[in-house]
Amino acid sequence: MKRAGLLALVIALSAGPAAAGDVQVAVAANFTEPAKAIAVAFQRKTGHTVTQSFGPTGGFYSQIQNGAPFEVFLSADRDRPTRLESEGHGVKGTRFVYAYGALVLWSATPGFVDAKGAVLKGRYDHIAIADPASAPYGVAAVETLKKMGLYEQIAPKIVRGVSIAQAYTFVSTGAAELGFVALSQVVHEKGGSRWVVPKSYYTPIDQQAILLKPGEKDPAAKAYLDFLRSPQALAIIKSYGYEVK
Amino acid sequence: MTGLGDTIVVTINLAAVTTVCLVVLATPLAWWLSRGSGLVRDMVTAVVALPVVLPPTVLGFYLLVAMGPNSPLMAVLQPFGIRTLNFSFAGLVIGSILYSLPFAVQPIRNAFEAIGARPFEVAATLRAAPWDAFWSVALPQARKGFLTAALLVFAHTVGEFGVVLMIGGAIPGKTEVVSIRIFQLVEQLNFAGAHLLAGGLMVFAFAVLLALLVIERRIGRAARD
Repeated sequence: MKRAGLLALVIALSAGPAAAGDVQVAVAANFTEPAKAIAVAFQRKTGHTVTQSFGPTGGFYSQIQNGAPFEVFLSADRDRPTRLESEGHGVKGTRFVYAYGALVLWSATPGFVDAKGAVLKGRYDHIAIADPASAPYGVAAVETLKKMGLYEQIAPKIVRGVSIAQAYTFVSTGAAELGFVALSQVVHEKGGSRWVVPKSYYTPIDQQAILLKPGEKDPAAKAYLDFLRSPQALAIIKSYGYEVK
Repeated sequence: MTGLGDTIVVTINLAAVTTVCLVVLATPLAWWLSRGSGLVRDMVTAVVALPVVLPPTVLGFYLLVAMGPNSPLMAVLQPFGIRTLNFSFAGLVIGSILYSLPFAVQPIRNAFEAIGARPFEVAATLRAAPWDAFWSVALPQARKGFLTAALLVFAHTVGEFGVVLMIGGAIPGKTEVVSIRIFQLVEQLNFAGAHLLAGGLMVFAFAVLLALLVIERRIGRAARD
């Protein structure tokens, strides 16, 4: 993961082929690592560069509504891109699911989280989730807790990160003993302990991409979305623990 | 908007507790700084002023780690059943104290320095012990500095965002403050709610600054009379 980031930097710094464009992409925090890897592969293949911003889906949505210059939005849900499309901030007919997210209960402490998530009933002070009001993985976490009948009981222990990235930070620093994060964040992490939450516990997190108005006439933006659907990109997405169509 | 009352109460509590703690802590520090000069005092002054120039995220990041369970500082508290001070009201108070430290030390120090050496020489000739001189000369004369410090710290803590965002965890009724709530409301596209709170903060900040100016003028006039 680190090497991919370094490579992206090297490529970004070196001059690309002639007529190469630059795509500005807003990436939902959970998709940070795969997006970096995809950008590297995309740049190598097309010569176009990618400028990426990573953050909470809800935050990007407000920014795009208020004229942010992003050309492509990789959302963590279906809802925001749909709204952007109907509000005229997104280009009609360009929405598609690029990945299905998976939720995982994770702890930085080895052996803390068991294979069935029974630890949730056990003793701990803090459990981190992404803010359910703005982050789809937060919604999935709350749904999971409700499905298990534990939400009311656990609610006082919940600490909310601004995005799934901050939820991960809370858990990885040990500040919270455990937390619900995206599988993509820990799939390449060997340490800690985890429980991959069964898909039936929460509404599918179908993450949609959409071409935004500022990118409507940019061939590089179109090329990026095409590449996102290519077998090469799908392989990368899968390798981070997402499911694809 | 559920729990808005809780959020406001937490914010005011945090600002009030921070203000009391800071005025108490800053007084001896400001006193010491005002009683001389030299490299050591300069260094301490610079450290105290750090939060003015550093982004709150730097302080927030260090605090998140320092108050986390793997920190040697927390090892001291672990026997008492405290794993971490992150996500707790106490943790927010510690963060706010560090964050607002310069806003307390500077006005109090200025007030002490403005007194000059003369009143203390007089007090000494009247055989007042140094401690007595501090209580009966320095504190009353520096009251404007204390008021300014208290108001600034209170207002600055209410306006704190970055540090709380990093270590708070937005627990309703415990660590969720107004500035964080505004951020969430904007993310949720609840602009009506965001306007309400943001407007309220604007009025509050204006009132505090106006109060500072009025106090300054009143006390200045009283001192001349």
